[in-house]
Amino acid sequence: MNSWRNSLIDVSPSFTIGLTVLVSWTLLAIFAGQVTPYDPFETVSSARQPPSLEFWFGTDRLGRDVFTRVIFGARVSLMLGLISVLIGSVFGSALGIVSGYYRGIVDTIIMRFVDSLLAFPGIMLALVVIAALGPSIKNVMLAVGISTVPLYARLLRSTVLSIREQTYISAARVLGVRNIKIMLRHVLPNTVAPLLVLSTLQIGNAISIGAGLSFLGMGAQPPIAEWGLMTAVGRTVLGKAWWISTFPGLAILMVVMACNLLGDSLRTTLDPKLRSQ
Amino acid sequence: MLSRYIAGRLLQMVPVLFLISLIVFSIMHVIPGDPVQLMLAGAESGSVTPERQQELRVAMGLDDPLYIQYLRFIRGAVIGDLGTSVRLRTPVLELILDRFSSTLVLSLGGIFFAITIGMTTGILAAIKRGSLLDTISMALAYIGVSLPIFWLGLLLILVFSFWLDWFPPAGQEGIQSLVLPSVTLGLVSAGVISRLTRSSLVEVLSEDYIRTARSKGLPERLIYIRHALRNALLPVITILGLQFGAMLSGAVVTETVFSRPGLGRLVVSAILWKDYPLAQGIILFMATSYVIVNLLVDICYTLIDPRIDYS
Repeated sequence: MNSWRNSLIDVSPSFTIGLTVLVSWTLLAIFAGQVTPYDPFETVSSARQPPSLEFWFGTDRLGRDVFTRVIFGARVSLMLGLISVLIGSVFGSALGIVSGYYRGIVDTIIMRFVDSLLAFPGIMLALVVIAALGPSIKNVMLAVGISTVPLYARLLRSTVLSIREQTYISAARVLGVRNIKIMLRHVLPNTVAPLLVLSTLQIGNAISIGAGLSFLGMGAQPPIAEWGLMTAVGRTVLGKAWWISTFPGLAILMVVMACNLLGDSLRTTLDPKLRSQ
Repeated sequence: MLSRYIAGRLLQMVPVLFLISLIVFSIMHVIPGDPVQLMLAGAESGSVTPERQQELRVAMGLDDPLYIQYLRFIRGAVIGDLGTSVRLRTPVLELILDRFSSTLVLSLGGIFFAITIGMTTGILAAIKRGSLLDTISMALAYIGVSLPIFWLGLLLILVFSFWLDWFPPAGQEGIQSLVLPSVTLGLVSAGVISRLTRSSLVEVLSEDYIRTARSKGLPERLIYIRHALRNALLPVITILGLQFGAMLSGAVVTETVFSRPGLGRLVVSAILWKDYPLAQGIILFMATSYVIVNLLVDICYTLIDPRIDYS
């Protein structure tokens, strides 16, 4: 308890920065309509106006305000990060817990399956899902979510392997508690710390991969205000209007870095083994 | 002993490759709707006659039971027949081999950049631990791993092609055109390698044998080269296989940004055209080469580090 309190008071700068940036973007996303006077789909000026006091990030090819679109784009990207991490963590954790708890043949089958999912490098697994289901922002969430399933399964399995040897698990078994109840009531709560760390890091990763897929034309379709798509659209006029691609990309970098900072500092706080280093 | 270890590792690859093939095969069979209609609508806009549909269905054997189709797919993959591209009407393997060299050159460029920059900054940061140099290079490494690479590519084009006019923004003529794509592709890996090199070297520098080397009066330079680096770089080798995977999937984005005709760009168009045989072929090819490279890296690692017991 004491060490918990200490670590909570003794927050690192990276924790503070990461959390502040993420909370700010979340608030901007929620109150997007109040933050900016323009509509993300409306032509408010002539095309390709450079940044000015009136249009902070300039205007795009259709004369839409880039600042407004970046702010509204946060809604899509944050939602994408959250939903895909939710999909990945629910299915991945279930596989990992079952695998680590039952061991034996169940473990072997699940882990071989997970290993072959991990054999698809980087975004290839997401590409498999998009190839099958077709390009759309919903399918990107699903694709990125599925591609993180093996990461969660591996992490949870190794965590559960040590938890299942604890006395309280044997005690529950001796008392005749059913396996499914042991997994939900006794195993799952003890995996929260590593789960939280991985999920924070994965939100950033998911946002980055999702934006990359939209950039390739496999995710959000025009006229949606989405960061990856906005970057792609600005690419064709990069030499003449640098601002159209630059600002959405900067937003991605900020959010992804914030997730990494927060995730890394959570890991240092929650993992006693790392704290001493 | 070693040959048994290698044989064992090769055997372990079999179920993984089997499952990869199953996943890739299922791409065309989980889609809602008729794949033939989708394919023709995507790849050959406007010519979806019933005759062409039937022709394609027969050519691809889509009327056969699923397991027959799968066995044919596997047999084809083993003997190098990955089917024919619906849009380009060329054998998939031919297209892959045609584009592979471009992707390979780009990946090698990326790996080269990642290793030189990553290791140099990591080593300097570890030697000058706590200095300004350490702080700056680790901050840069942190930004490096968070950068969306499609955006990094565009920024590099903007600054070094449009503003400074040092490198071409696209194409693949000469070594000049390889610089920006290699940096784009390698920077994230450089960040990863830099951080790992630093932490690994810092750990090794606190070992007893380093203290022994110091106390017997060995010059610092020799301590680093002979004792510290040789041990510190071992973990870095293990992640090179993973970084090769990062190169393959990074090529998908980098080739699009720099308009380079490689496998990555081909798989993107294949997916957007709904050219399933082509998409399946490239994904199968990339995943298999990733598995093989990782196996090779693992074997190299056991050969290099005498402490590893491969029984």
